Amino acid sequence: MADEPWAHSRYDLQQARSPDAPETATFDDPRGDFGWIHSYETGSTLDGPGIRVVVFMSGCLLRCLYCHNPDTWHLKDGTRVSFERAKTALAAYAAPLRAMDGGLTISGGEPLVQTHFTKRLFAAAKAMGLHTALDTSGFLGTRADDEYLRQVDLVLLDIKSWDPETYRRVVGQDIKPTLQFAERLAAIGKPVWVRFVLVPGLTDAPANVEGIARFVAPMRNVEWVEVLPFHQMGAFKWKAMGLNYQLSDTPMPSPDLVARVLGQFREAGCRAR
Amino acid sequence: MPSEAIAAQRSGKTRKQHVGEQPASRHRAGASPASDASASVHEWTGFVPGRWQNTVDVRDFIQRNVTPYDGDEEFLSGPSERTKAVWAKLQPYFQEEIRKGVLDVDAKIPSSMTSHAPGYIDRDNEVIVGLQTDAPFRRAIMPYGGLRMVEAGLKAAGFEPDPIVHETFTKYRKTHNDGVFDAYTPEIMACRRSHIITGLPDSYGRGRIIGDYRRVALYGTDKLLAAKRGERALLDAKWPTDDVIREREELAEQMRALADLAEMAKNYGFNITRPAADAREAVQWTYFGYLGAIKEANGAAMSIGRISSFLDIYIERDLRSGALDEAGAQELIDQLVQKLRIVRFLRTPDYDALFSGDPYWATECVGGMDLNGRPLVTRTSFRMLHTLTNLGPAPEPNMTVLWSKQLPDGFKRYCIKVSAETSSIQYENDDLMRPYWGDDYGIACCVSAMRIGNQMQFFGARVNLAKCLLYAINGGRDEVSGEQVGPAASPVSGDVLDYDNVMAKFDTMMEWLARTYVHAMNCIHYMHDKYYYERLEMALHDQQILRTMAFGIAGLSVVADSLSAIKHAKVKPIRRDDGLIVEYEIEGGYPQYGNNDDRVDTIAADLVSSFMRKIRKHPTYRNAVHTQSVLTITSNVVYGKHTGNTPDGRKAGEPFAPGANPMHGRDNHGWLASCLSVAKLPYADAQDGISYTVSITPSLNRLDQGEKIKQAVKVLDTYCGQGGFHMNLNVLNRDTLIDAMEHPDKYPQLTIRVSGYAVNFVRLTREQQMDVISRTFHGDG
Repeated sequence: MADEPWAHSRYDLQQARSPDAPETATFDDPRGDFGWIHSYETGSTLDGPGIRVVVFMSGCLLRCLYCHNPDTWHLKDGTRVSFERAKTALAAYAAPLRAMDGGLTISGGEPLVQTHFTKRLFAAAKAMGLHTALDTSGFLGTRADDEYLRQVDLVLLDIKSWDPETYRRVVGQDIKPTLQFAERLAAIGKPVWVRFVLVPGLTDAPANVEGIARFVAPMRNVEWVEVLPFHQMGAFKWKAMGLNYQLSDTPMPSPDLVARVLGQFREAGCRAR
Repeated sequence: MPSEAIAAQRSGKTRKQHVGEQPASRHRAGASPASDASASVHEWTGFVPGRWQNTVDVRDFIQRNVTPYDGDEEFLSGPSERTKAVWAKLQPYFQEEIRKGVLDVDAKIPSSMTSHAPGYIDRDNEVIVGLQTDAPFRRAIMPYGGLRMVEAGLKAAGFEPDPIVHETFTKYRKTHNDGVFDAYTPEIMACRRSHIITGLPDSYGRGRIIGDYRRVALYGTDKLLAAKRGERALLDAKWPTDDVIREREELAEQMRALADLAEMAKNYGFNITRPAADAREAVQWTYFGYLGAIKEANGAAMSIGRISSFLDIYIERDLRSGALDEAGAQELIDQLVQKLRIVRFLRTPDYDALFSGDPYWATECVGGMDLNGRPLVTRTSFRMLHTLTNLGPAPEPNMTVLWSKQLPDGFKRYCIKVSAETSSIQYENDDLMRPYWGDDYGIACCVSAMRIGNQMQFFGARVNLAKCLLYAINGGRDEVSGEQVGPAASPVSGDVLDYDNVMAKFDTMMEWLARTYVHAMNCIHYMHDKYYYERLEMALHDQQILRTMAFGIAGLSVVADSLSAIKHAKVKPIRRDDGLIVEYEIEGGYPQYGNNDDRVDTIAADLVSSFMRKIRKHPTYRNAVHTQSVLTITSNVVYGKHTGNTPDGRKAGEPFAPGANPMHGRDNHGWLASCLSVAKLPYADAQDGISYTVSITPSLNRLDQGEKIKQAVKVLDTYCGQGGFHMNLNVLNRDTLIDAMEHPDKYPQLTIRVSGYAVNFVRLTREQQMDVISRTFHGDG
């Protein structure tokens, strides 16, 4: 069926649903009539204010070691959905989302891979009176022009590490674009929730945390720093996809470790949770 | 003949019963409602007078006297020493029950209000007294519903049936069960055997009747008897048709019941012929009313009604006068709830399979708004919910919050807080029900609303709609036995199921099922009224009442998904050698109910309306109004067990989803999508309720407690605003349940809500525990 993606959950492994899709790295579509979507989830309380519908886009240029949706890396793993279809599906939630002071969060994958599609979907959500949130690594921040950011009420910005070496090890890319994007958001006063995934033995070094904390603390637009404890819920996908999962033996962070890291952020003057 | 009685007879109008010593006419002669006789009732001192003084009208009393409370839970008290002492005495029984099941039965004496000597748990510390028999956890037998059930229950529990009881109820006294089977047709018997109609109350007490137990406290039995005499005078004036003679006999029974109730209370040392004079008496009198009911009727569901805010009026009066303090007020409610938690009936293993965990649905409603837009939330609404903290979580009484968007915020937040801590509360949409049932309705069982004191229902369990679809496909033959149960018709032909063709056959089969179902129900309730009339519960009703006949459907999500698969994918039937279709092969995906997708959600909603229309075609016993529920209790497991493969891909024997829930694991876009699908089912065609159970896994601690509660309040407001009827809310981890299966001793009070009620998880059968664990758990983020 043409609209099958809507029958799948974010927790389902999805591969090669659209074998003809373009390559992710070079993808560019100025119209955004179609998007490749992994899945969507309704009722989230953690991906922005209020109750949210979260759309998970396919396509990402990072390769985070702890990625819990490695089946979102390539456009071809998602399902091709027309913009109109996505808008209609979203509209079915508009009234309750408004009533619950919630809205639309676009996550991924990396939403900025499909810049034009996601911009249109954000604009459609705004027209429905919904709050909009962009969940991004910031790596492709330059793709979000001012017009794009006008459709976004909140950016959930993943700063995955401070130390450039650690960053590269964790995500396989350079940290600079993310920091520049953060500075641009600060300059225009766009509300931001910074997110930091705490992985024992990988991102938990005090200096690594300290660096992010100091960078973020002066930014008045950053409403929250959220510490996300690492979990193993995505491990099965790595195995099923035959990928080399390096964190099999990594434990969840202990409550003490979470408390320490939260303490570091707060110490630096961040509002952290 | 009094002229007024004649007028009433001619007009046929419903009339309220009157309280005075004389029949109706006395107070009608233009006197003000607050007349002489009532002003002198010293037990009523301090209450705002009104119509309730001359006419049995508890709602009027509440309206004039209730003190709504819009604060928070700060004022609440912990359990008193006496409460703790009584509770400690009960603990060994609870623990032994988990291991052993039924602890004790009096197999010799059929239960009545006066059959057993008074029983106590800890006489010095019990502030509220009264047990079903002469000892706690000693179950009683009630053979009037059916002797077979009693004897099967005894044997299953390891007790010997008593020969004298056996002789009495086989030789000298016919039971309800015997009567029904005298009237059943071969067709009904076949439907029962093949499990297309199941759980019918044809061999046990039907329940789902709520006596207005508050009347005992407000009026005392003397005034209630006087009112019944007034009603009798009106009936005496009527020509003796079958109906009138039956009503006269019923009234005579009711009056005897009120006298027996007074006798029962007297044995405990209380004079309930007069009204309750203070809060303690009000709680005690109300409980005596309920106790009398459960001594005589072992109905499937024995709700207590809506007593908290009524009792609050007495508590407020005593608090004002200084006769009571907060600790004392809480003690009354805690001790009442202790009593409600140890109600036990003797059931059979078959019954337990349908209604698992020994439930009796002592459903109590708290909250709700009145017709003038004023909240009926009182401090005692909080006290009632607070028992879940003082005594720990428990399935009974079945705590039901009547949720309205307009409820005070402090109360809403408190409800959610208690839900999160205990998973022991269900929510029902007051804004949806109030226009139908007013502002003094209660919930019988799980989701069945009825005006208290002037409405009752004829309970009718449910039919297996999924099996009905399979019958349609197989020309009326049962897919498991191969037997021709439904009317013979041509089975579907061809290699692929055609939607229009299947729908046409299904429609015809539903017509047959609806007709057979109403037929069976008429037989059942005729005989139940005749052989097992609930004399006390009905004595606590007006004489003129609204009767509903409550039909039900199971397997809604299986059928909706099956039809969606047939419509949107390719479903190939696989035939056995003899042509019976026993399997289905599905090619391609199809929209599934529970994902807020109209392509299938409208199929589900249409099914509800369509079956209701078919039911309404057939006249009912006593002209009861047809209603319908989408509710399964825990029978979704049993229904599934007896149903073959279905075209949605469900395998033979697999459980259905409970109530109106989407099938397990198919509502895979989060709870919001799931809720919105369920909210589309039309209450207008399911006025007996639509049950929906949600399990939420508590999230990581990123949001603080206050913020989570605020969000949950909004969720409930929105769900109700979207037309959602019911939410059975669990907040727990699957891991906890798995651990509890392995180590039941660690979790004696672990409570979980299932399809309209709550159970002690460790008292479910293993099969049902597995079913609960396999259901969708939504992360809350």
